[in-house]
Amino acid sequence: MHAVLKMIAQRLALGALTLIVVSIVIFSATELLPGDLASAILGQAATPETLAAMRAQLGLNDPAPVRYWAWLTGALQGDFGVSLATRRPIADMLDARLGNTLFLALYAAALAVPLALVLGVLAALWRNSIFDRVANAGALSAISFPEFFVAYILVLWLAQSGYFPSMVRLTPATSFGDKLYMSFLPALTLTLVVTAHMMRMTRAAIINLMAQPFIEMARLKGASPLRIVLRHALPNALAPIINVIALNLAYLITGVVVVEVVFVYPGLGQLMVDSVAKRDIAVVQAIALIFASAYVLLNLTADVLSTLTNPRLMKRG
Amino acid sequence: MSLPVFLILFLIAGFALAMAFRATLTRTLPHNQAIIARDMPLTAAFGIMVIIVYIFVAVTAPVLAPFAEREVVGSQFQPWGGAHPLGTDRLGRDMLSRLIYGARNTVGIAFATTVLAFVVGAFLGIWAALRGGWLDQVLSRVVDALMAIPSLIFSLLLLTIFGTSVLTLILVIAAVDATRVYRISRSVAQGIVVMDYVEAARLRGEGTWYLIRREILPNALAPLVAEFGLRFCFVFLTISSLSFLGLGIKPPMADWGSMVRDNATLITFGDITPLLPAGAIALLTVAVNFVVDWQLHRASGLKE
Repeated sequence: MHAVLKMIAQRLALGALTLIVVSIVIFSATELLPGDLASAILGQAATPETLAAMRAQLGLNDPAPVRYWAWLTGALQGDFGVSLATRRPIADMLDARLGNTLFLALYAAALAVPLALVLGVLAALWRNSIFDRVANAGALSAISFPEFFVAYILVLWLAQSGYFPSMVRLTPATSFGDKLYMSFLPALTLTLVVTAHMMRMTRAAIINLMAQPFIEMARLKGASPLRIVLRHALPNALAPIINVIALNLAYLITGVVVVEVVFVYPGLGQLMVDSVAKRDIAVVQAIALIFASAYVLLNLTADVLSTLTNPRLMKRG
Repeated sequence: MSLPVFLILFLIAGFALAMAFRATLTRTLPHNQAIIARDMPLTAAFGIMVIIVYIFVAVTAPVLAPFAEREVVGSQFQPWGGAHPLGTDRLGRDMLSRLIYGARNTVGIAFATTVLAFVVGAFLGIWAALRGGWLDQVLSRVVDALMAIPSLIFSLLLLTIFGTSVLTLILVIAAVDATRVYRISRSVAQGIVVMDYVEAARLRGEGTWYLIRREILPNALAPLVAEFGLRFCFVFLTISSLSFLGLGIKPPMADWGSMVRDNATLITFGDITPLLPAGAIALLTVAVNFVVDWQLHRASGLKE
């Protein structure tokens, strides 16, 4: 047990280091601005006096490390400063949207993960059959489709006939059931895009294992194909599968950007796109930090979990 | 015509065309290439055929298109038929002509970006593998740090800073993707630099540029070509997505991503016109993926 705790502690430390590096990269983005933040905000209206006043107001006269520290400690307490475009506190703008985006990503994950695992196992079980070939060609196509193509096909097919709404209007009063119903199309779009990837990797991981001696042994023992896949192959394929799931969940977090715009879903992605168009760097930095942290944390979790499923990996150090 | 029926017809047509294309190739190519063509799976034949059609359309766009790219030729949102086989768009520009010009603009920009990402990423990756030491350490750690941020998010961050124009778009996406190319070309080159023939060339006193060009690149070509195909798909999809979001290629330039965005309102009236540019993007990506899949399969020497 001691070794496990040590491994987890090591990974956590590495994850924390990655997060710090990521935050530095995101923060230094403003340093790349031609001129500085103050002249970016004021634009044409800049006079030396207003520039100086704006710099003092934004604290731009401090050296970069001091400003970075202030920004990071603020962000950790949920204070991201104020938006450059609207002058509203960024935390207020993020508040409801963060929950909405998380809801959409979890919703899609709840649909996609079981679906991908079942399809992947079945494709591996019946490999080279018609089912496998169709599933594979379908998956390859689905990976290649832009999200908005999938989204609009679903709109044309399911929203036109009146089954589901093509726009999502969420208010705090919306009940959970209504939320599930209204966000079904965006969730389905994300599901289709990530399922394909996860299914292909699950299939590949299991087929890789099928050539191993212990599978041969199980087969010679007379175990049924389903039992071989579920009892002998699947537990050993867990590590790669967990990694793929985490990678795709991380993808979901950024994939929401396009899908949210298509369905006018009030989430972080849409806010980010609007802010990029307005060149509101403060808001973009805040959202980038949230997305990037989620990405790092998911990868970290996957790393720890897949090491736990395979004790041999612990020796890797 | 309902969507499933259309899809099935499309699949059958694609299947038949791919068969015919493969048969023609087997018939007309010189013997040793004809054998490759004969054994190629239908999906790959379909992919190659689609890619050839796209290149043809992109090159001959001004000849094929009935109207100019930016010319307003009618009232807005005209239905299909008559002088405008696919109707007109939000401003009354001919949809078909813009679709054809889109092949040139969208695919051209994506291709240029991929080439740039490859030249920079592959050169740095191979150089790092060749030199090792502190250069390798510094470059690899920088790339690690940049890759810890999801690429779309990082691109959006950079676009906020540098503004959205075609040039910044190409540079930003190329920079972000170069990190991924760096990774793969470094790992491929690392397997090659330890070979005896590289050592021999080093002892002969050959320079870095000679080693990269004559010793490493020819041996790293197969995996890098497959990676180029995959990378092109990623870049193409990213650029289309950004254009769709209004942050990439902008009107009046004809571009498939922004054409979907511009005409998306038609979807709510059950008109499939906005799906055509999106479908054009999807079809090319599928085609490239099919060919890459086949190449990877061939390169790995797997036979079923």
